[in-house]
Amino acid sequence: MLFLLFTEGSGLMKVNGKVIPLEESKSLQDFLLEKNYDLRLIAVELNGKVVPKSAYKDVMLNNEDKLEIVSFVGGG
Amino acid sequence: MKLTVNGQVGDFECQTAFQIRDLVGQENGIIILNGYQIEEDYPLAENDIITIIPKGVMPKQDELESMMMARHTPHVHERLKKGKVAIAGLGGLGSNIAVMLARSGVGQLLLVDFDLVEPSNLNRQSYYISHLGMPKTIALKKQIEQINPFILVEVKTTRVTEENVVELFSGYDIICEAFDKAREKAMLVNTVLEKLPDVKIVAASGLAGYDSSNLIQTKKVMKNLYICGDFINEAKIGRGLMAPRVHICAGHQANMVLRLLLGIEDV
Repeated sequence: MLFLLFTEGSGLMKVNGKVIPLEESKSLQDFLLEKNYDLRLIAVELNGKVVPKSAYKDVMLNNEDKLEIVSFVGGG
Repeated sequence: MKLTVNGQVGDFECQTAFQIRDLVGQENGIIILNGYQIEEDYPLAENDIITIIPKGVMPKQDELESMMMARHTPHVHERLKKGKVAIAGLGGLGSNIAVMLARSGVGQLLLVDFDLVEPSNLNRQSYYISHLGMPKTIALKKQIEQINPFILVEVKTTRVTEENVVELFSGYDIICEAFDKAREKAMLVNTVLEKLPDVKIVAASGLAGYDSSNLIQTKKVMKNLYICGDFINEAKIGRGLMAPRVHICAGHQANMVLRLLLGIEDV
């Protein structure tokens, strides 16, 4: 049981369902810019909760986090 | 037995669909039984919904709505009638979503757009030559009155901004994001997710050009956010917007709205 808890607790960050290990702690904004997202065109959910644009700079990512990023393209 | 005949619940001695047709006195009327048009006689069961529609005459006002909804699956209309859906942007997506939801009998629609109908809209949007120069809100409301006069249509001829989202859309269960510009799509989605936590949003991304129809999908990407489209094909210089893929995507959005109104959250 203890072992199970331990392995669950040391999970890796998941971004849109894919495992992406976080090598160092960084802000959501730095992560998004590093992955070439245009911050004006996206919506982000962290662990099931939407992250307001104004908080991108302050939210720090950790391993175990689950991140959903959607990026919009134009046309309608 | 208890039957619903042309929208009225009553006790009937008739045993078959043809007996009801004859009782109503419409020998040449078409018969719709529980959402399906039948050609041959069929035995009736308790609580069946049967609609007899005479052709070539204008039905009485109190029977028209039940006749218009006769091809719906039974009991769907009652639930859709209670739905309140807002449509943000009345272009290729929004105008067609609005028409589909009106045909489906969604009880209350809010139509929001700041723009006027112009000629380049007509290759994909639900407007006619006679609408050129009119606000899209008004042109669409006029069409809906001709399609389904039994629903409530509210219009707001204004540009949606981060500041007015809450004021514009409060009180609606579902918002369809139907803008053209990616930045406006993201602005609306972010603002709704943040400030209207009980509202579902059905958005669109990637529907330009004439790539395969089958690339367009509906995905549930967050708790309150559904996105329809191929997620890739953006409108840009050299890649236009064509009626078929725009309509396919609008159909995805409208169907997801119906599913949500019927209590189904899966895509």
